[in-house]
Amino acid sequence: MKLDAKIPGGPIAEKWDRHRFELKLVNPANKRKFNIIVVGTGLAGGSAAASLAELGYYVKSFCIQDTPRRAHSIAAQGGINAAKNYANDGDSIWRLFYDTVKGGDFRAREANVYRLAQISNNIIDQCVAQGVPFARDYGGLLANRSFGGAQVSRTFYARGQTGQQLLLGAYSALNRQIAEGRVEMFPRREMLDLVIVDGKARGIVARNLITGESERHVADAVVLCTGGYGNVYFLSTNAMACNVTATHRAYKRGAYFGNPCFTQIHPTCIPVHGDTQSKLTLMSESLRNDGRVWVPKQKGDTRAPSQIPEDERDYYLERKYPSFGNLVPRDVASRNAKDQCDAGKGVGETGLAVYLDFADAIKRDGQDVIEQKYGNLFQMYEKITAQNPYETPMMIYPAVHYTMGGLWVDYNLMSTIDGLFVLGEANFSDHGANRLGASALMQGLADGYFVLPYTIGGYLTGTDLQPVSTSHAAFEASEQLITAQVDKLLSIQGKRTVDDFHRTLGLIMWDYCGMSRNDEGLNKARQKIQELRGEFWENVLVPGQGSDFNQSLERAGRVADFLEFAELMIIDALERRESCGGHFNEAFQTQENEALRDDDNCSYVSAWEYQGIDAEPVLHKEPLEFENVKLAQRSYK
Amino acid sequence: MTKNINLTLKVWRQKNSSAAGNFERLEAKDISTDMSFLEMLDIINEKLTLEGKEPIAFDHDCREGICGQCGSVINGRPHGPEKGTTLCQLHMRHFADGDELVIEPFRARAFKVVKDLAVDRSPLDQLIQAGGYISANTGAAPDANALPISKETAEMAFDAAACIGCGACIAACPNASAMLFIGAKVSHLNLLPQGKSEADKRTLGMVRKMDTLGFGNCTNERECEAECPKEISITNIARLNRGFIKASLFSSEK
Ligand SMILES: Cc1cc2nc3c(=O)[nH]c(=O)nc-3n(C[C@H](O)[C@H](O)[C@H](O)COP(=O)(O)OP(=O)(O)OC[C@H]3O[C@@H](n4cnc5c(N)ncnc54)[C@H](O)[C@@H]3O)c2cc1C
Ligand code: SF4
Ligand code: FES
Repeated sequence: MKLDAKIPGGPIAEKWDRHRFELKLVNPANKRKFNIIVVGTGLAGGSAAASLAELGYYVKSFCIQDTPRRAHSIAAQGGINAAKNYANDGDSIWRLFYDTVKGGDFRAREANVYRLAQISNNIIDQCVAQGVPFARDYGGLLANRSFGGAQVSRTFYARGQTGQQLLLGAYSALNRQIAEGRVEMFPRREMLDLVIVDGKARGIVARNLITGESERHVADAVVLCTGGYGNVYFLSTNAMACNVTATHRAYKRGAYFGNPCFTQIHPTCIPVHGDTQSKLTLMSESLRNDGRVWVPKQKGDTRAPSQIPEDERDYYLERKYPSFGNLVPRDVASRNAKDQCDAGKGVGETGLAVYLDFADAIKRDGQDVIEQKYGNLFQMYEKITAQNPYETPMMIYPAVHYTMGGLWVDYNLMSTIDGLFVLGEANFSDHGANRLGASALMQGLADGYFVLPYTIGGYLTGTDLQPVSTSHAAFEASEQLITAQVDKLLSIQGKRTVDDFHRTLGLIMWDYCGMSRNDEGLNKARQKIQELRGEFWENVLVPGQGSDFNQSLERAGRVADFLEFAELMIIDALERRESCGGHFNEAFQTQENEALRDDDNCSYVSAWEYQGIDAEPVLHKEPLEFENVKLAQRSYK
Repeated sequence: MTKNINLTLKVWRQKNSSAAGNFERLEAKDISTDMSFLEMLDIINEKLTLEGKEPIAFDHDCREGICGQCGSVINGRPHGPEKGTTLCQLHMRHFADGDELVIEPFRARAFKVVKDLAVDRSPLDQLIQAGGYISANTGAAPDANALPISKETAEMAFDAAACIGCGACIAACPNASAMLFIGAKVSHLNLLPQGKSEADKRTLGMVRKMDTLGFGNCTNERECEAECPKEISITNIARLNRGFIKASLFSSEK
């Protein structure tokens, strides 16, 4: 199958308008005849389900948590970008578009990113109308702050809880539709398979996490908004239930997976404290607005930070990147922290940390101003580490945070399976090889509020959809597959727990497919993953029963998928013969150790087609064409 | 300073919502004081699993104090002893070697136990469905700066909007009332100009729904405020009551 991104013609600024005009509309009276399944209730899924229902479609919405309000989006801290130019500092749709393409190290599709920048402004309007309490200045107008990778102030925020407030906005819109009977909500459900009939996505099979029953749901289209797969590394800033199951199983049903090796390691997280740790905590990137990153100039300097005089400190980001300083993009900041620690200059008990110091900002602005901006983050830091960042610098270290890779989608957000749409972090689009801060919230809401509601109509009107029932052979086959897997997992009764396997997998991925990669390590990792997967299916110990609320069994299914998917990440990392953004292969770097792209040979999206567990997947390439942005070596100096 | 402590746990075990439950005594050995409370439960669960027993079911997700999915009652206190802290953010350094901890699910008539420490809090969603939103269809919004909102109002609305929907206020209340939860949502939306046109409908709808879902009435015990991990203020209940009286008397929304 040839990949067709279906990018509309015409100048970039007119593509989306023209496309919306050309898309066929669904007759309002017909909308309620269409059933749409939306899996996931984060910013992408919550906004999509609510908006589709408002248009008149009948929606079934699914999530793993006990209520849609707890999707992982709730944890986003720092903010959401928009090209409003309220700060009058020269921002524009064009600049947001440009920054996002450049920040992504020129591996994103121009047309999608431009549309994202256009829509960004509508998102802020919509959220304010819903009652999202964004930060305001004394005149009562909306306030902005700056974020990494940008020199303008375009980030809207709600204290350090932007994701929470945006998600509660989408959740309230969703609840209004539930109350009106337009959305049927299925919480504590996990989608375990996609059902395809006549080549089109026509439903899902989900596990009822309380009773263990398999439930079959038919629809005219399926929308996956199931988030990212950062938890393949075990330790990450993602919530515990984040997984790859829904997208991986869709991949196994024929949806191509885009750029799986593009993962983002966030520079400002609380360092790992020991080997019983269950997850890592992000300290919002917004802290880099006022915090200064440094390490001691001397290797192995164990003095307390207050004892290290100014001229014996190395503010290495300010030194190396004078124009962006502490606000360089995430991949650059992370790799630099790792380099400092690898050179023996790391601080703290483990030596795997650098300082993020607010002393100068507090001196300049006063503690109350800093507290207003970051109070809850400082408090969270203190709760976890028992240290007071107003008095002593924070210690931070990079951690896995976001996955740019995801199911491949065209301009309409449809995957390579007809009728299967993918939104939010679950798709590969928009962020290229590195995502800029405050742009995931923007993308999730753009996809759900303003893109899918149009594009899905084009699909539904133009497609012949025959009635399908839940007793169709395809549902039968999916359910059998799921039951067989559950039975197998419970019957092994081996010696190692699910978490034990997950932790081992995470370490392999962190060591060999993390911030810095090389072919030898990747090949080694591939073999280790295959061995671990083999052992998992012989030696995993899953307690309890299938027909019950069984959290170990839930995790076992997710880890089984991670064990397959991790190998795809490695294959993808080996295949890409360049470094770009979050993918840094040591063989491809500049003299100054920056990522070295190969635009002539590697300006493409990799889209992988599944061939079977032990068979090599087939690579399809979507060439990326840059007509509006000039390709250049990224420079933040 | 990191050190290791030993604790005795008495944990509520209940197979499902219709089964009877009981306390099980478990030893938590060699627990690092840097661990979070949930990481301590993870360790116990790994051990139980390897011994061929069923691990303790408990809800959690973000482990950052924001999703509202965690929560149990520790020695009689929802989310444990630390003020303004969710269970996932509670660290073991707040306990001493030899402590005995009684761990129970959130208990309230409206919340059924799902299993062990996990409960069904879906009635909180039903409360939101009764009016906890502003009716603003996608695409119909004016420019975000068309309507200035004073910083003070925005901040007050925010303080109320910080509720994470954990249900600790209900578990803490002797009447299992949801007034703090509703008060927070009604304050958040009714304080903002965007929320004013539906204010009476929202207030009446949510309070009446609460009565039908098996939550109790507020008799001013103030336990909710004391145990709320987000320190949502009880003034939100006072504001809700004022709004309710006004709406019941004067509103055409009956
Ligand atoms: C700590 C943290 C801070 C962040 N801060 C920012 C920020 O400041 N700005 C920014 O722009 N971005 C930020 N991000 C990134 C951003 O939060 C996420 O990328 C974004 O919220 C993802 O939204 P989503 O809707 O795609 O998925 P999610 O919010 O992850 O939602 C996934 C949904 O899918 C459901 N689901 C998953 N699998 C299944 C299944 N098999 N069956 C049924 N349901 C399923 C889940 O239950 C959930 O409802 C942050 C991320 C983290 C981890
Ligand atoms: S008011 Fe407080 S205790 Fe009650 S649900 Fe909200 S955050 Fe939890
Ligand atoms: S796990 Fe999310 S608040 Fe505790």
